[in-house]
Amino acid sequence: MHPAPSVILFTTLSGLGFGLLAFLGLGLPPVTGWVAFVFFCLAYVLAVGGLLASVTHLANKKNAIKAFREWRSSWLSREGVFAVASLLVMAVFAIALVFFDIRLRTVGALGALLSLTTVFTTSMIYTQLKTVPRWNMWTTPPIFLLHAIGGGALLAGQPRLAAVSLILLGFLMVWAWITGDEKGLGGTTMETATGLGRIGKLRLLEPPHSGQNYLLKEMAYDVGRKHAQKLRVLSLVFGYALPAALMLLFTVHHTTALIAILSHLFGVAAGRWLFFAEAAHVQRLYYGK
Amino acid sequence: MTSLPQSTETKLGLVIDLDTCVGCHACVVSCKEWNTSNYGTALSDVDAYGAEPQGTFLNRVNSFEAMPESGCSQTVHFPKSCLHCEDAPCVTVCPTGASYKREEDGIVLVNEADCMGCGLCAWSCPYGARELDQIFGVMKKCTLCVDRIYNENIPEEDRVPSCVRTCPAGARHFGDLGDPDSDVSRLVAARGGMDLMPEMGTKPVNKYLPPRLKDAPSDATLEATHKTPEGLFAWLDKALEKL
Repeated sequence: MHPAPSVILFTTLSGLGFGLLAFLGLGLPPVTGWVAFVFFCLAYVLAVGGLLASVTHLANKKNAIKAFREWRSSWLSREGVFAVASLLVMAVFAIALVFFDIRLRTVGALGALLSLTTVFTTSMIYTQLKTVPRWNMWTTPPIFLLHAIGGGALLAGQPRLAAVSLILLGFLMVWAWITGDEKGLGGTTMETATGLGRIGKLRLLEPPHSGQNYLLKEMAYDVGRKHAQKLRVLSLVFGYALPAALMLLFTVHHTTALIAILSHLFGVAAGRWLFFAEAAHVQRLYYGK
Repeated sequence: MTSLPQSTETKLGLVIDLDTCVGCHACVVSCKEWNTSNYGTALSDVDAYGAEPQGTFLNRVNSFEAMPESGCSQTVHFPKSCLHCEDAPCVTVCPTGASYKREEDGIVLVNEADCMGCGLCAWSCPYGARELDQIFGVMKKCTLCVDRIYNENIPEEDRVPSCVRTCPAGARHFGDLGDPDSDVSRLVAARGGMDLMPEMGTKPVNKYLPPRLKDAPSDATLEATHKTPEGLFAWLDKALEKL
């Protein structure tokens, strides 16, 4: 799949933002006043910034507002609904906390739940696609959720929880990579795609068009796979191992936290790039790929 | 509403005969011609006369070489467009309700006034039947020529999808696959019509008729036909030997 920068930015930043919002909603860290204001600003910039980045990926932005309609059937629509709901609920919590020094515990807990549900709905957009076997696995939702929890804990200054989540996440990522490699296209072949397997093995004799098209650009992306193993190592080391080690082995102050967060962001971005670039869509079979 | 209808009694669709298709791409051209000037926005081309032309098409023809264990390979031309699936994943993933399946005849359509161009429906389609128009930014797909098949302003023989009307080989058939007695259903039953990627669980309405088995073993044509010279060639052969 084409690793569009807008979608990588969106899933990385908004996941982190909603993760931080979830912690703030639960009163972790128990900040008030201007410190709380700074924390909430960061969370909103990440969450809303990510959402805005995802809007730039739409080809017909003027209809984006209609995306809230089909929450009964569509995970993308549910994501929109939950994102707005969590931002609104957390805004009530944040305003009460920052300006009136009142901690609305129930509102905060509800906001935290909504924030994590938003991340879950994002993961389901990918998980639901049978056409992309590497995404259509049980590991996808916990991976997205652990990114939000681990990254959110880093930002919220919860070193133990951050380390545990990130270590768990590292193992889950490796597991997903290995099972994803083994799964390949999940038994779908050029023969099942065309029904011509009864004659014999198949080969593309002539593609349907000589130039590029939307399908090839979007769903038969090949760049980046070459360096897959290196990117996996980079993602593991910087995304999970280094921040987890910093959180466990050093006394956490602002500098270590900043290094851990930047390293985590870099690693996650590399991993997200792979999440898209490595994901093979079954329709590439019609192009003999 | 992007929920799918429980079931549709009428299932309009295409039956494509892979035995007959000659790979001329006339259906591709006629589809583009009809659909660029009728339903919805035009099917745009980018850099049409330049070095890297590309454009939106609703129907494309791939050509495959099927290689049996022994004997000659077989060339199969393979037209592909939306299969108007009964369990169409492209419909349920749509967040805006632009993508829908008609209850009255099962045709899957995009309401372009609602499409936001997110491309998720194209991701969910196993067949590559949806293309996001690069200029208009909305999702385009086969409409089964919904603006022809019910159109009383055109002669009755033209009230079939443009690709079907155009096919010079008679490789494309249109009808109601929900009616077991329709011509298309009987054709599917007689020729062992098949689904593409049945494992995806999409239950496509369109069916493909497999190429017929060759009536003579395909490797027979590979045998040398003149092993020993006869007649004039035998005499020439002898005469040249003596020289």
